[in-house]
Amino acid sequence: MEGVKQFDLAVTPLREVNRYLHHDVAASGVERVKILNADGAHSIAVGLNVPLDIEVDGHCGYYLGGMNQLARITVQGNAGPGVGENMMSGSIRVKGFASTAAGASAHGGLLAIQGDAALRCGISLKGGDIVVGGSVGSFSAFMAQAGRIVVCGDAGDGLGDSLYEAVIYVRGSVRSLGTDARFEPMQASDYEAVRELLDAAGFEHDPRDFKRVASAKSLYHWNVDANQEY
Amino acid sequence: MTHERTGSEGLSLEESAGYDRRTLDYIQRAAATGLYEIRGLGAKRKVASFDDLVFLGASLSRYPLEGYREKCSTKTVLGTRHARKPVELATPITIAGMSFGALSARVKESLGRAATALGTSTTTGDGGMTVEERSSSKTLVYQCLPSRYGFNPDDVRKADAIEIVIGQGAKPGGGGMLLGQKVNPRVARMRTLPPGVDQRSASRHPDWTGPDDLVIKINELREITDWEKPIYVKVGATRVNHDVKLAIHAGADVIVVDGMQGGTAATQTVFIEHVGIPTLAALRQAVQAIDDLEMRGKVQLIISGGIRSGADVAKALAMGADAVAIGQGVLMALGCNSGSYVADGRHVSAIEDYRRLGTAPGFCHHCHTGKCPVGVTTQDPQLEQRLDPAVGAKRLTNYLKTLNMELTTIARACGKQDVHHLEREDLVALTVEAAAMANIPLAGTNWVPGS
Ligand code: SF4
Repeated sequence: MEGVKQFDLAVTPLREVNRYLHHDVAASGVERVKILNADGAHSIAVGLNVPLDIEVDGHCGYYLGGMNQLARITVQGNAGPGVGENMMSGSIRVKGFASTAAGASAHGGLLAIQGDAALRCGISLKGGDIVVGGSVGSFSAFMAQAGRIVVCGDAGDGLGDSLYEAVIYVRGSVRSLGTDARFEPMQASDYEAVRELLDAAGFEHDPRDFKRVASAKSLYHWNVDANQEY
Repeated sequence: MTHERTGSEGLSLEESAGYDRRTLDYIQRAAATGLYEIRGLGAKRKVASFDDLVFLGASLSRYPLEGYREKCSTKTVLGTRHARKPVELATPITIAGMSFGALSARVKESLGRAATALGTSTTTGDGGMTVEERSSSKTLVYQCLPSRYGFNPDDVRKADAIEIVIGQGAKPGGGGMLLGQKVNPRVARMRTLPPGVDQRSASRHPDWTGPDDLVIKINELREITDWEKPIYVKVGATRVNHDVKLAIHAGADVIVVDGMQGGTAATQTVFIEHVGIPTLAALRQAVQAIDDLEMRGKVQLIISGGIRSGADVAKALAMGADAVAIGQGVLMALGCNSGSYVADGRHVSAIEDYRRLGTAPGFCHHCHTGKCPVGVTTQDPQLEQRLDPAVGAKRLTNYLKTLNMELTTIARACGKQDVHHLEREDLVALTVEAAAMANIPLAGTNWVPGS
């Protein structure tokens, strides 16, 4: 089929596939790439910088789509730790579950996980959007600086510990909030944000069922009362 | 009020060794503030160091090279293990990672210009890569830190090498800190933070934890860069033997070990003085670890933490380092702790500004305040003007050039045509402590403590 290229990781070494995606694909006219037999390989489709549709068949190891720019990646399976870490733009859709640190430090783009995400989902988030169809594990959104996380299920312990400006929306229960995280009333803009993110991820829920978690900002200043004598 | 001791008071004014004036001051300060002290630069306490080693120059038993005529190479290649494009430097003296945020963009530019003039590398820090440093640096090492502030794939591709920072000699195991007064709008934007917040940097990486994960992380960075760029791993010196071995197993091309004398822009004093081991001891352990794994010549070692002079560089190389990285010395070359700064070709006194910080030239460690009297570690638009990038570049070029000349002078005197041929046998120790830590015989004896 014109415009579609297929790789089988059981045959072609990953290094070659990534090189192709970094260099050759741009001028090739190929618009869709299928990667077969992911078989838990790490670092599939990392460091891309092309507006391209990529479909990965099977379960992926660590860092699928790491540092992604522009590419739209779909995984027909589960994703290992650090899926979409440091993503800048584009999108990553995981049809199954995601392991720890999903979307860690992502600066932009959309990470949509259909199943659950494990511990530390959205850690150090820097502006990306994460939508999780299921639940997230403990310590999610730790030190998240900017961006939005929507959790359609429940959240574990320590949600939003040491948050900066990122905002979390949770539909289910929160086992506990982390230091400096607090529930805040939902505003019209929050309902809109949740609606927009659910639509982008393709999940159907009523935004009115979500609660907002944001930073109380009490850690923003090391100690304002400090009478430190320089 | 201080009492002048006349000598006639006897025991009535005897100072306590355990509760001396420094300790009293510390206790009073803690009682007044309820906070630990934060400061810049490195450990102030005296520890065994390169000063405690001397070279055995050539004489009858060895043949020296003619100091000014015979060639002595300083060429240094880093990252030969896996990278398709290793870093090639004209000297083993490199510039350590220091953040934009801690330093101004003008200082970063000075570093780049001086490094390029000398054919060496400079390194980004916790806060991302600035246009100024990229465009002024021929060879730029891009740090991947736990905070990932400003870390992005475009800059990864622009970098000449990537340094995964696990720790820093001034604070192994500790995260970072940049106090709000230095988080100006540009710094804030690069770090994706609101301006003015006291910014905390995490102590662990967000997307990997142990050494097994590090293998995978390193491979990800290699995949992203098509296996082109050397990957350095930097550790603060603590359990050096294990850490270096684990970093090698994880696939690092270059190991950077930062000893306890290494500097910082802002860290708890208790950390600076009480966590980590001296550079001398760390270097010996790192070299041993590399030898144990038979990786000498395959994995390169950069040592940092209190390297100040050409003699320090020569001693580090003789002990087995492939290169050194300098941070504080670089700042001092730019004017840190100098009584004046240069404006329009004239020296202008900064004494009053030091006084306002409660300090004086020679004692300043106030980088954390952002009010650096000589415009080096500041984001203040007025103060940063005190360092003209051209003047800074010139001073730093001179400093690095001097170190390089001292290094080759010593190497020639030891009969070496290449500074990398300096060896442990060229050194002896002046103190038992240094002999024990460096595993080098005490001068005038064959005795190495512990062997
Ligand atoms: S002079 Fe500037 S760079 Fe040096 S210690 Fe003081 S504040 Fe820091």
